[in-house]
Amino acid sequence: MFYRENGQFKTSYQADQQIFPIPQDRWVILGIVAFAFFGIPLLVDEYLFRAILIPFLILSLAALGVNILVGYCGQITLGAGAFMAVGAYAAYNFLIRVSGMPMLGAILLGGITAALVGIVFGIPSLRVRGLYLAVATLAAQFFWDWAFLRVKWFTNDASSGSVSVANLQLFNWSIESPTDKYLFCLGILVVLGLMAKNLVRGSIGRQWMAIRDMDVAATVIGIRPLYAKLSAFAVSSFYVGVAGGLWGFVHLGSWEPAAFSIDRSFQLLFMVIIGGMGSIVGSFFGAAFIVILPIFLNQMLPLVGGLFGLEVSIALVSHVEIMIFGALIIFFLIVEPHGIARLWSTAREKLRLWPFPH
Amino acid sequence: MNLRKLAVAASVAAIGLSAALTTPAAFAAEEQFFPVLAYRTGAYAPNGAPWANGFVDYMKLTNARGGVNGVKLIWEECETGYATDRGVECYERLKGKHGGATAVQPLSTGITFALTEKAPGDKIPVITAGYGRSESQNGAVFGWNFPLVGTYWMGADVLVQHIAKKEGGFDKLKGKKVALVYHDSPYGKEPIALLQERAKMHGFEVQLLPVAHPGVEQKATWLQIRQSKPDYVFLWGWGVMNSTSIKEAQATGYPREKMYGVWWSGAEPDVKDVGDGAKGYNALAMQHGAEPNAKVIKDVLSLVHAKGQGTGPKEEVGQVLYMRGLISAMLQVEGVRAAQGRYGKGKHITGEQMRWGLENISLDQKALDALGFAGVMRPVQTSCLDHMGSAWARIHTWDGKKWNFSSDWYQGDEKVLRPMVMLASSKYAEEKKIKPRTPEDCKK
Repeated sequence: MFYRENGQFKTSYQADQQIFPIPQDRWVILGIVAFAFFGIPLLVDEYLFRAILIPFLILSLAALGVNILVGYCGQITLGAGAFMAVGAYAAYNFLIRVSGMPMLGAILLGGITAALVGIVFGIPSLRVRGLYLAVATLAAQFFWDWAFLRVKWFTNDASSGSVSVANLQLFNWSIESPTDKYLFCLGILVVLGLMAKNLVRGSIGRQWMAIRDMDVAATVIGIRPLYAKLSAFAVSSFYVGVAGGLWGFVHLGSWEPAAFSIDRSFQLLFMVIIGGMGSIVGSFFGAAFIVILPIFLNQMLPLVGGLFGLEVSIALVSHVEIMIFGALIIFFLIVEPHGIARLWSTAREKLRLWPFPH
Repeated sequence: MNLRKLAVAASVAAIGLSAALTTPAAFAAEEQFFPVLAYRTGAYAPNGAPWANGFVDYMKLTNARGGVNGVKLIWEECETGYATDRGVECYERLKGKHGGATAVQPLSTGITFALTEKAPGDKIPVITAGYGRSESQNGAVFGWNFPLVGTYWMGADVLVQHIAKKEGGFDKLKGKKVALVYHDSPYGKEPIALLQERAKMHGFEVQLLPVAHPGVEQKATWLQIRQSKPDYVFLWGWGVMNSTSIKEAQATGYPREKMYGVWWSGAEPDVKDVGDGAKGYNALAMQHGAEPNAKVIKDVLSLVHAKGQGTGPKEEVGQVLYMRGLISAMLQVEGVRAAQGRYGKGKHITGEQMRWGLENISLDQKALDALGFAGVMRPVQTSCLDHMGSAWARIHTWDGKKWNFSSDWYQGDEKVLRPMVMLASSKYAEEKKIKPRTPEDCKK
């Protein structure tokens, strides 16, 4: 009834080709972004900011990066955690070694370093595909884990191997309170998210998708696999690297390589698979699922137990949390193998017909 | 899938979430809230669970004894699984409850590092009794960190003193080789700085052998030990890594008598499975070992466990890690007591007042005896500039069935430790642009 595009006529190509051709979509998305910027800071307490919203935003950004590579270009990667680490440590080194380096500049340079590293580790993708490529990217994970643990230079000779950053500043804005941190991450995410959406709609995104769908056919119609694959690796690693910088600088404040372990790589890959491969909005759904659900379950279970008069120990809670979480992953993969993003688009289709389905 | 079902499920979940978030924060002035960050699951659970049991039992005991001048202790556990991000989430979740957390004990070096950045803003002391970052002993720079009764540097120093004594003097260490088998994390790397400093002083060689998390893969490490034949092996392991190391030592034929673990590597779960194979294995006892005969343990058994309120199995009461948890809880309770002495007996203490309390813990032998810690601990005296308070430790040895003390008391050498602490903490202050507190600031 409300969500129907009948009678909306486009008079120019520009109007037809915009990101959200349906005005309802456009207003809803703009409304959500505006709410995220102006509404949430007024409503939310510190715990939600620090424990849920900030990790959610940063990991959404990382998932977005992985989605570009896995979902759009079809190159499976298990090295996302390593590229996050490269982004974080490169940003750290730029910040402390170059005097007068602004924090945002360090994070972006960290992202660029991650992009260069991504290109190097993307070279095997020109020869090997599928699972074999996944194994090759795993090498990146182990290599960088090793490097940041062993090479003292990266950690500025910290005796414990843990590095830390404080006094974040952007121009004259001191990013101290959780609200500031949240707005900073949100700002970066909105800019980079918009960029990603436009990249995948443009010529380069079409090349990625052509390579994903059938690389031989793509080569025949004149797409250079070298350029397409390596650019996907570069862009993806840039996103993941920036997310890594934010994770270290803004969320943790102090970190060691364990923060970017192989578990993180798997987590990011699962976000993309569960959220929806080849979908920008799917990255957000996936990140929400993986970041928020375990914490939600962890807090819910004692309350549910309380309703029935049971006292649930924290060990049991955490075991049950893992079981339910695993069961939900399987459930979603069975009922909707294309991820939560597909559920979302099905819901939208239904909404268009509502209240008079065929 | 059926959209309606999904919508129903989502709204049920949403209602649940709002219920979870609006739990009323009961605030009563005569209660003192402590978050308990524990890990009862994961690779380190066998060691994390007894610690948490001891910790909670002591708070139950304190309540059974009538609280701290009548103030009851309340607490809430949160499972970290030894993961830094979950630990930070737990801290954020609990820090504001019940009128604010009094102090937090992160029980993981990684979480300690993360909370070190957050504590000054939140004004909540971070107690790391025996672990954490060693340079945080300097209270002038690390105003909110309390590595009470020992740090890893102090522990490593005592181990070096012990082997020097065995060899017959520090000069005999020249040309010796000490291998450090360590958990490859900030925790395992902590002692390296001190060992290298001591190695320079006495001319022995340190061989560094990292073991990746969780530490079940050690074949290559022990092959190296077999080749290089170090005179001593120091073990900085945790959880399954410890028993694996001892088993590998047995397999390689390295004498267990020459192995020395840190206190995280010297408890019953580490050696029990190996049984006789671990006979002769030594570990650092940071003040206490297994203390089943201490008066405080008898109190716990009679006042808590006998009433069916005990945490965890009764047989584990008094074991090494249980004692560690117990002492950690005791120190924070004594911090509250000290703070109440200044800010009003029987009153609720804020995080900032708690800091003053922790900086003015003064437990002489008489006070310890009264609490039931006779023979377990030596006196503790903290100050604004010294957040450690006591540098005593012993060595204990596993005889196949239980831990026995095998050395006299040692004290960490201030002449070695102090300059290192000052150097590292001033570097930290410089990086973070912290102005160290002066003795005048301390009086506030």
